[in-house]
Amino acid sequence: MNSFRGFVIKEFKQIYRDTRTLVVLFGMPVLMLLIFGFAIRNEVNNAKVGVLDLAKDEVSSVIIQKVSSSKAFQIDAYLTSYDEVESIFRKGDIKEIIVFEKDFTRNLTRKGNASIQIITDATDPNLANIVQTYTKAIIGDYVQELNANIKPDVGIKTRTKMMYNEELASVNLFVPGLIAVILMLVSALMTSISITKEKEMGNMEILLVSPLKPSHIIIGKVLPYLVLSIVNVFTILILSKFIFGVPFVGSYLLFFAESILFIVTALSLGVFISSVANNQQTAMMVSLVVLLLPTILLSGFIFPVESMPFPLQVISNIIPAKWFLVIVRGIMLKGSGILIIWKETAILIGITLVFMTLSLKNFKVRLQ
Amino acid sequence: MSNYAIETDKLTKIFGEFTAVDEITINVKKGEIFGFLGANGAGKTTAMKMLTGLLTPTSGKALVSGYDVYTHSESIKKNIGYMSQKFSLYDDLTPEENIRFYGGIYGLDGQQLSKKRKELIQSLELEEVRKKLVGSLPLGWKQKLAFAISIIHDPSIVFLDEPTGGVDPTTRRQFWERIYQVAEKGVTVFVTTHYMDEAEYCDTVSIMVDGKIEAMDSPKNLKETFKTDSIEDIFIRLARAAKRGDR
Amino acid sequence: MRIIQFLLQKEFLQIFRNKAMLPIIFVIPVVQLLVLSFAATYELKEADFALVDRDQSIASRELVSKLQATGYFTLQSEFTSGDEALIHLEKGEVAFVVQIPKNFQQSLSSKTATSIQLVIDAVDGSLANLINSYVNSIVQDFSVEKSAVIDLTGPQNIPLPIIKKISTQAINWYNPNLDYITYMVPGILVVLVSMIGLFLSGMNIVREREIGTIEQLNVTPITKFQFMIGKLVPFWVIGMFDLLLGLTLARFGFQIPFLGSLTTILIIAGIYLVLIQALGLFISTITETQQQAMFIAWFIMVVFILMGGLFTPIESMPLWAQKVTLGNPVAYFIKIMRMVLLKGAGWKEVYGMVLIISSMATGLLAVSVNRYKKTTG
Repeated sequence: MNSFRGFVIKEFKQIYRDTRTLVVLFGMPVLMLLIFGFAIRNEVNNAKVGVLDLAKDEVSSVIIQKVSSSKAFQIDAYLTSYDEVESIFRKGDIKEIIVFEKDFTRNLTRKGNASIQIITDATDPNLANIVQTYTKAIIGDYVQELNANIKPDVGIKTRTKMMYNEELASVNLFVPGLIAVILMLVSALMTSISITKEKEMGNMEILLVSPLKPSHIIIGKVLPYLVLSIVNVFTILILSKFIFGVPFVGSYLLFFAESILFIVTALSLGVFISSVANNQQTAMMVSLVVLLLPTILLSGFIFPVESMPFPLQVISNIIPAKWFLVIVRGIMLKGSGILIIWKETAILIGITLVFMTLSLKNFKVRLQ
Repeated sequence: MSNYAIETDKLTKIFGEFTAVDEITINVKKGEIFGFLGANGAGKTTAMKMLTGLLTPTSGKALVSGYDVYTHSESIKKNIGYMSQKFSLYDDLTPEENIRFYGGIYGLDGQQLSKKRKELIQSLELEEVRKKLVGSLPLGWKQKLAFAISIIHDPSIVFLDEPTGGVDPTTRRQFWERIYQVAEKGVTVFVTTHYMDEAEYCDTVSIMVDGKIEAMDSPKNLKETFKTDSIEDIFIRLARAAKRGDR
Repeated sequence: MRIIQFLLQKEFLQIFRNKAMLPIIFVIPVVQLLVLSFAATYELKEADFALVDRDQSIASRELVSKLQATGYFTLQSEFTSGDEALIHLEKGEVAFVVQIPKNFQQSLSSKTATSIQLVIDAVDGSLANLINSYVNSIVQDFSVEKSAVIDLTGPQNIPLPIIKKISTQAINWYNPNLDYITYMVPGILVVLVSMIGLFLSGMNIVREREIGTIEQLNVTPITKFQFMIGKLVPFWVIGMFDLLLGLTLARFGFQIPFLGSLTTILIIAGIYLVLIQALGLFISTITETQQQAMFIAWFIMVVFILMGGLFTPIESMPLWAQKVTLGNPVAYFIKIMRMVLLKGAGWKEVYGMVLIISSMATGLLAVSVNRYKKTTG
């Protein structure tokens, strides 16, 4: 037991003393959380738009005024002719140009119908969509105002209730994913590098020849990262709750149990990679490409899985983070209990067992 | 023009509170084999790094090949060869490729390069392995290749840092024969080692303890002065008083 | 400079001999480009919903089929109780629940206001928003349809007041189909090339330091300048090669329009890659092990990419964050790529940004070269 303790202490010390890596390991989650919380959004603020007012009459001015006073828009250009559209778009800053036809007010009052062209720079289709929708909403509101005393309130109203995330805050979507990504980074990537480094340096053989059992060596290697991961989870949770007000509706106990499960999953993946890689560079590249990037892209962290083409949706199913995300979002935002998320939990356990067995087999083979 | 290849005067290197090299004054004659002995941690490698222009001294003077290490370290580098403890060869290149690379770096032109290449491969007996990656070669072969590369540009001084570490006694002896061959051509050899028996092979030996030079003379004179016939004895006597390194 | 020639020769030999390198340089960027381009979208492709229809009338069924007719929404299951439907929602089996009240049809025919209840899983706020607007507009259309029928049968001889309508015509330039891939691919290309350039160059110098061959080089008469060129050029070449590979894939595989000049892109890319290499160089001067180098490179890249306008538009960021992007080279290059490739922008429009990138590159190079010392202490 003493040798094991000594080994674990050495591991902790080694990590402790590597200040640069520590800064990254602790600083990165915090920084990413801040970025996701404060900077990454899908809403629109101060989007630059241009106006081509061919009518220059009362109604067009009123609508332009409404657009200008909206938080979402900032009128940056007043065009005088249609020809200017191309060069304005080319410059790159203006996202949309609103065109009012000639005799706008007259058409509206006499014919009851006037038209506005909304030309968007659709290189970013998402942004174009959003900007268009906002513009249409402003125009729609105005139309309702106009017709307020005419049109009786007949018709179907839609009452929407946004569940689990009333403010539609994007940070609530990202935080669970962020936890998964950080855990993958620390538990899988770092573990795989740490074990391969010993192999590369030749220390692994020394360890194997010592009274330490192979399983003890692995556990010893992995323990510091387990602790680091738990600390990271705590940090992210506390920060997200107190700085961003991310809700936590479910059971803390269940959350920590599931987090530890996922950490173990990530650790077993890291160990597995180190059992097949011979040097650090390979371990790094494999972890990055096979674990980290898919976790970020295909797990539903940022991009919804439902929006992906079918083959990618299938691949998404073998990414452990995907299931963990469902679990964490369930617990944090929906208050789900184990009865709701038992399926995903079982899948995670399955994946863990598979990789643990594979790693053990690989290590035994190596020793032969 | 002085007769000395290397001259230092109270050369010192201090790292924070730790004095690694403490006011050493040595003179190495041109063409001689100078053995720089000392225990691990005595300061040998630090001293060598200052002389090769890898480390700036804290104080004191040093001239290598007539050049001042403070102001002309780049000129020094043109005139010296160096073999580090790790042998510093590229493991993922073949011996031929390593030779071509370092030869080119030192400015050998195409003709000289291919001549050198053939010469070295032959004299080092590396024909069979010239297409193999250096990483797959046994230590003794790496050692002789690293040495050959350190003198590929025919420098006037060559610095060898623990060149025989980890190699068996026969190979060590063979290596020293190569050193002799080189010294015969007039090259000054500055070699650090912790193998005391290698001291016998040198013209002058200095023993470094705790950053200071405690003895410097020819092996014969040293033995007379300390009234013993093994350098090892002298070393042990001096080292007993040491405060750092192995005992 | 013959010495540089030897340095380059050695570097390229080492790179191509490294078995792990070749897939990294060739295969991985391509695979990632493919995967990323298809995965990175916020479009609504399909959403399942649950129905609680308390009316079970022709009108209610009509509304439901209208929802399904859009192709976006699929009725997954029907429940009799709202609570059951909500559990289904919580489990994530459906994206939203539609509840139609009793007397729905009756209210419609008697011109009384009525409403339907929409409960959306809003964990993904923007998706929820999309679902909300689509469903809303379908319901609105349905409602107008039904009222129109009613209006026609209104009281005779009373001239109906003119209801004013503003019709909006939406025109999408450069990307009429609102194709996400067209938008994402240039940006993804930038990210891939940046990552490869940064990681490989950063780790490479550190590796030499770790093995000890750097010391051997420091003892030779090689100048700092020659050493740096020897290190920068190979990975610059690889980076440009990957970019070309990616561009070819983009043009012929993804059919991305190439409105602007390819030469412009390549020149700017060349400058940009120098910047990336300089960054890698800089990282190597502040780290001691490959592990550290990799982490710091990763850290920097993640921040640059997240704030670079690839996944979410820069216009969506709060003003202070938008100002921060002024120092983000990745953001500039992504913008330039999009402007030149997709909009046909030329030097006139981008020279300002190119100037900024160039000065960043020069500055970073100068700092790194300065920091790198052949003689320490």
